[in-house]
Amino acid sequence: MYSRVYKSVVSLPPLLWVGCFLLLPYALMFAHSFWVVRESVIVHQWNLANYKTLFTNPLYVQVLFRTMRIAASVTVCSILLGYPLAYFLAFHAGARKELLYQLVVVPLWVSYLVRGYAWKTILGSDGVLNGFLQYLHITHEPVAFLLYSPFAVVLMLTHIYTPFVFLPIYATLEHIPRPLIEASHDLGAGSSQTFFRVVLPLSMPGLLAGATFAFVLSLGDFLAPLLVGGPSSTMIANIVQSLFGAALDWPLGAAISVFILILTITLLFLSEILEKRWAFK
Amino acid sequence: MSASAANSPQPAATPGEVQLEVRGVAKRFSSVEVLKNIYLNIAAGEFLTLLGESGSGKTTLLRLIAGFEQPSAGEIWMNGERLDPLPPYKRRVNTVFQNYALFPHLNARDNVAYGLRVKNTPANETASRVEEALRMVKMFDFANARPSKLSGGQQQRVALARALINRPQLLLLDEPLSALDANLRKQMQSELKSLQREIGITFLFVTHDQEEAMALSDRIALLRDGSLEQIASPREIYAHPATAYTAQFIGQTNLLRGDIRGSIATCGALRWPLDESDGPVIFSLRPEAIRICADGKRQNNEVKFRAAILQQLYSGSSELLEVDCGNGQTLRVRIPARGPLSGEHDFVFLLADAVRVKE
Repeated sequence: MYSRVYKSVVSLPPLLWVGCFLLLPYALMFAHSFWVVRESVIVHQWNLANYKTLFTNPLYVQVLFRTMRIAASVTVCSILLGYPLAYFLAFHAGARKELLYQLVVVPLWVSYLVRGYAWKTILGSDGVLNGFLQYLHITHEPVAFLLYSPFAVVLMLTHIYTPFVFLPIYATLEHIPRPLIEASHDLGAGSSQTFFRVVLPLSMPGLLAGATFAFVLSLGDFLAPLLVGGPSSTMIANIVQSLFGAALDWPLGAAISVFILILTITLLFLSEILEKRWAFK
Repeated sequence: MSASAANSPQPAATPGEVQLEVRGVAKRFSSVEVLKNIYLNIAAGEFLTLLGESGSGKTTLLRLIAGFEQPSAGEIWMNGERLDPLPPYKRRVNTVFQNYALFPHLNARDNVAYGLRVKNTPANETASRVEEALRMVKMFDFANARPSKLSGGQQQRVALARALINRPQLLLLDEPLSALDANLRKQMQSELKSLQREIGITFLFVTHDQEEAMALSDRIALLRDGSLEQIASPREIYAHPATAYTAQFIGQTNLLRGDIRGSIATCGALRWPLDESDGPVIFSLRPEAIRICADGKRQNNEVKFRAAILQQLYSGSSELLEVDCGNGQTLRVRIPARGPLSGEHDFVFLLADAVRVKE
């Protein structure tokens, strides 16, 4: 058994760290969200005006819905790409499995910004994709919606978060005992029945974990709209950024942050519960 | 366990007729030849055991019949229909897997119902057949339990019900009892045997446990390094092992190596007349075929020898002696329990019990 002194000496630094850099900022953010700005000065007057603004001002409501729509699209696209890839690697890749796995994981080491600028180069009006389309005479002038649109944001975020969706799905698929697949075939199920009755249910925890990653990470993203989004795809984090920056309305920014935080925690919590329910030993 | 009409199969072969034919099957995994030119017939309603050490190819043969592997050569036929080109889900063969392979996300009832549901069997028929199958293996009370909540023996029963619900013509069992403890294993052996008798399905059972094979089987097929060493009934294979390997693998035995010269067999200190041509020879002599000869007299059809007791292992009803016949030649002798022994004694065995075997 460790002595009391030893325990406190060991646990003090992490506690201090958590207190200073996590709890205190959250407390400040929480407090700010109930204050107001008058004549560019934050007044410590407790009220719910910021939350009222968030839920009634059409601008914020619209951005909030757009953000969720984009996050949901990214989630769906990442699953549609990541699940088949994970399935192929887990069940059919054979000797190439390791190589393919590395190919999926390596992009994670490339800076987010680099990948953002790469998409800019690809999608721009004099970019690689438009140049290619015109070269093939499919289009005669640059296609404008490619860049600076919600499409570009979803595309870029899907590219970035697909590995995050792939990894947990791949892990659960790899852990499905192969005799279960054989048992399913043995009992008369073909490949598609086996997939829907055995493989998919058993991979739900991984699918859910991946979906949660994609959704939550997209929800808080502000760089993709900044780099490839344009005004029509402003997301909620961009609003927070501008409220804390140029607009100097910290209390409203804090209220939005608190809302996103609660939303995220709720999602994580729900996904945790479902993952536990679907985790079969 | 009791069989019921709904779960009994409609055998396409009448009992005794050949149901499964393995014709010259070989299996190679890259450069390793796991099975070599196997010929095997299984009769309808038979309980046949594939017995062998690990690596003998017994599980591979089972997997070829189930359809999880493709033979490198040869053909498999069932009821006059070629089986090996068919995918597993089109074969009227079901498997009980070594670690049961129950679906962890389904309870016992849904596990058993699986085979019917994938064939879109009407719900009410599924429900009644599942109930019967669960009752047959005495698991109806656990219908709603997930596999993780069941003991090994209970999982075993569910796996059995799941495999039988499709009314297979042939049931494959891949070391189904190996994960159970000794007592439960004995009990499951006897239940399995009576179940097989009642429902009359052909059982192909894989095990490395020769005692289990002896207790359950109508016939035993002994595999060795991918080849069929011998196939015979338990009594036949025990009494007349064809090879030294079989004699040693099934039960205990004394292998006597020697020569025949001028119609006399000589194995160390033991000699007896044998009217066969000259040459080297191996005999298998079961320990229980030897007995102590109290009066020192032998019959005409017996061989007598004198040996010193080296060791005596008591096991309740019998004792196993290790005796020295001179020149370091030791034999094992099993006699009814009779109290401590020491010194030299006369032993006899029947000529007919020294069974000539091949290398």
